[in-house]
Amino acid sequence: MRIGVFICHCGTNIAGTVDSRAVAERAAELKDVVHSEDLIYTCAEPGQAAIQRAIKELGLTRVVVAACSPHMHEVTFRRCVEDAGLNPWLFEMANIREHCSWIHADDMQKATDKAYEIVKMAVAKVRMAEPLFSEEVDVNKDVLVIGGGVAGIQTALDLADAGLRVTIVERQSTIGGIMAQLDKTFPTIDCSACILTPRMVDAAHHENITIMAYSEIDRVAGYVGNFKVDIRRKAAMVDWTKCIGCELCMQRCPSRAPDVFNSGLAETKAIYIPFPQAVPKRAVIQTDYCRWFQQGKCRVCERVCPAGAIDYEQKDEIVQRDFGAVVVATGLDVFPWEDHYPQYGGGEIPDVISGLQYERMLNASGPTGGHVHRLSNHEEPKTVVFIQCVGSRDESVGRPYCSSVCCMYTAKQAILTKSHCGMDTEVYVFYIDIRATGKGYEEFVKRAQTEFGVKYVRGRVSKLYEEEGKVIVRGVDTLLGNQVEVPADLVVMASGIVCAEGAPSLAQSLNISYDEFGFFKESHPKLRPVETNTAGVFLAGACQSPKDIPTSVAQASGTAAKVLVLLAKDKLKTSPQIATVDQSRCVSCWKCIDVCPFSAPEKQELRDGSVKSHVIETVCQGCGICVATCPVNCISLKGFTTDSLIDQIEEALLT
Amino acid sequence: MVASAQNKEAGSAAVSEGVVQGRPIKVVAILCNWCSYAGADGAGTARLSQPHDFRIVRVPCTGRVDPLLVFKAFEKGADGVLISGCHPGDCHYSEGNYYARRKFELLRRMVPHLGIEPERFHYTWVSASEAARWQEVVTTFVTGVAELGPREGRAL
Repeated sequence: MRIGVFICHCGTNIAGTVDSRAVAERAAELKDVVHSEDLIYTCAEPGQAAIQRAIKELGLTRVVVAACSPHMHEVTFRRCVEDAGLNPWLFEMANIREHCSWIHADDMQKATDKAYEIVKMAVAKVRMAEPLFSEEVDVNKDVLVIGGGVAGIQTALDLADAGLRVTIVERQSTIGGIMAQLDKTFPTIDCSACILTPRMVDAAHHENITIMAYSEIDRVAGYVGNFKVDIRRKAAMVDWTKCIGCELCMQRCPSRAPDVFNSGLAETKAIYIPFPQAVPKRAVIQTDYCRWFQQGKCRVCERVCPAGAIDYEQKDEIVQRDFGAVVVATGLDVFPWEDHYPQYGGGEIPDVISGLQYERMLNASGPTGGHVHRLSNHEEPKTVVFIQCVGSRDESVGRPYCSSVCCMYTAKQAILTKSHCGMDTEVYVFYIDIRATGKGYEEFVKRAQTEFGVKYVRGRVSKLYEEEGKVIVRGVDTLLGNQVEVPADLVVMASGIVCAEGAPSLAQSLNISYDEFGFFKESHPKLRPVETNTAGVFLAGACQSPKDIPTSVAQASGTAAKVLVLLAKDKLKTSPQIATVDQSRCVSCWKCIDVCPFSAPEKQELRDGSVKSHVIETVCQGCGICVATCPVNCISLKGFTTDSLIDQIEEALLT
Repeated sequence: MVASAQNKEAGSAAVSEGVVQGRPIKVVAILCNWCSYAGADGAGTARLSQPHDFRIVRVPCTGRVDPLLVFKAFEKGADGVLISGCHPGDCHYSEGNYYARRKFELLRRMVPHLGIEPERFHYTWVSASEAARWQEVVTTFVTGVAELGPREGRAL
């Protein structure tokens, strides 16, 4: 066995704390190590060339690179050694950057000793390595897009235009998402619906796109290239194959229900279509509010429906579909400020509303027909105050992050206030900092301040209370060092962004990671920003982090490109790090079959008539649960054998 | 009884001869690839300083960890063993950490019966986005083991 060891400096990232040369010198003394050197940047072209040269000239049969995390460059180096003729699985990485130099900047000697020991463990592991070979599996080229907001629509259209069949699953009864609720978009002030609704129609008419609205993901099984997904078509109590979207039922329905699309500013009917441009335009009965379901009488909708579409007996239906890739584009919800800011009235003051409510109020097809008025007396406001960072950058409500869109939508709403209510309307914005980093954004905020005369006050608002028909906004102007009180007619919260309801449980069904706020975690923030750590599952839009429309759309197209890269191949190579059964020792207890989350082990009849466990190579995902479960230790996980783990532990403990 | 008493004596003799006394402690940390290993990576990227005396062994999933590995580590001279995986419900392989949790809970209760202080074994969950939590977990555990000092003797 001829092992080569390469210790990276990573510029000063490693060498600033770890004496890489000393580590290389000490590693040269290890058993079976025939070559050991230090390189400035191992991952760069000269570094990789040095490894390949050493493999060829010195006949190395195993390689260890001590550098960054294997999550960063393991794939790079496996490819590198493979190109030099070595089996890629005879390579091992020692993580001396993230797990050593970067966390032990205080003591170079100790860090160097530790780096050496980490290298020693990797050498012990690579000594046990065996050449492994991948299998190939067929790839299903259909794509599932979860979420039909602007990001999901963009990804779906891009993929469908490229010739792939796409299914959009949307839990509301129409696609469109939050963008459909918006009046105008910053910084151009174009009409949100005018941009979005044609795209919605494009998606609906595209021959390669199937929209499954009012549906949710029930269960996801399988793996990259071969996902099996159970989709729950929720009971709409309306047969959508018959419904023609004429709204007659909605006009005649006697039961009222809160209008979620209008952010609770108005009422709708128990049977409803969220907005006139809905896609698909189909009615849904909200059974909680329906007189028939609650009191057992009515059936008005059934009588008036010209298509005979009403079906009170309808049940949820589970539809099974197979996909090769999944794009998650579940978007965002608005921070429920009422539950967290008692000092702002906690939703009890009628003239204090959320940014999204104001958006509906500004909208010509909204509940007020685009007329801005106070909810208390329906008069046009003379003084409007916007409060920024409500549920953003506020650790006291558990939201330390910036929601990234509120500065801009506030500037937009401030400008629109002036154009709706007249330039003589007093408009104040209380802010912490203005974050206007997009193209044309800073100029837009400047326009609000100079051209429209919006008064920006730097400081937090401490309290809102009602007095003599006004909402008193009490805060501080930190630039002047003054207490400020503004008697306002209307106060608008620039409510922050939170993850969509149910995001963590969706992440759990997809086996992807999410952060403490429920935003899904990308595979690498810079190098793999739309991939997740689960192969074949991708992210688009605000489900990953708060984003505005341009960024969501840009990311969504990037996601489509990444999906195309994956599905451009007819067959996928599977990881060879999988479980294998030593059938001569298998006692046929089937515990492996019980525990495997992927149904990889199967019963196999051998020639002597005995039935033993056998792991299907292309199904196994290499978790090793069966290995730790097998009572006779007859299952081994390639790449993570028990012996190799014990050897590493031993090396870690030898001084 | 006699044998164990002798072992104990041999152990304390070793301490008095300075064989184990004063040596740095050794902690083995077994981390799952998808959550805790990535969390520890994140802690590195954020330059969150941590104690020196632990070594990380990467496994695909905590479900891969046979409790015998932990015994093996103690047998080979580990002063502490820390295992960390994805939070329950968040397993990359859906349910590996549920199987792991059952085993580790029994293991945790068994450790004191082997003459090993319970503080020397700990299992927990650190997600890929919890860099600061990893720093806290590893610092607390290693500091706790350091307070106990190196384990006397090599036998389980």
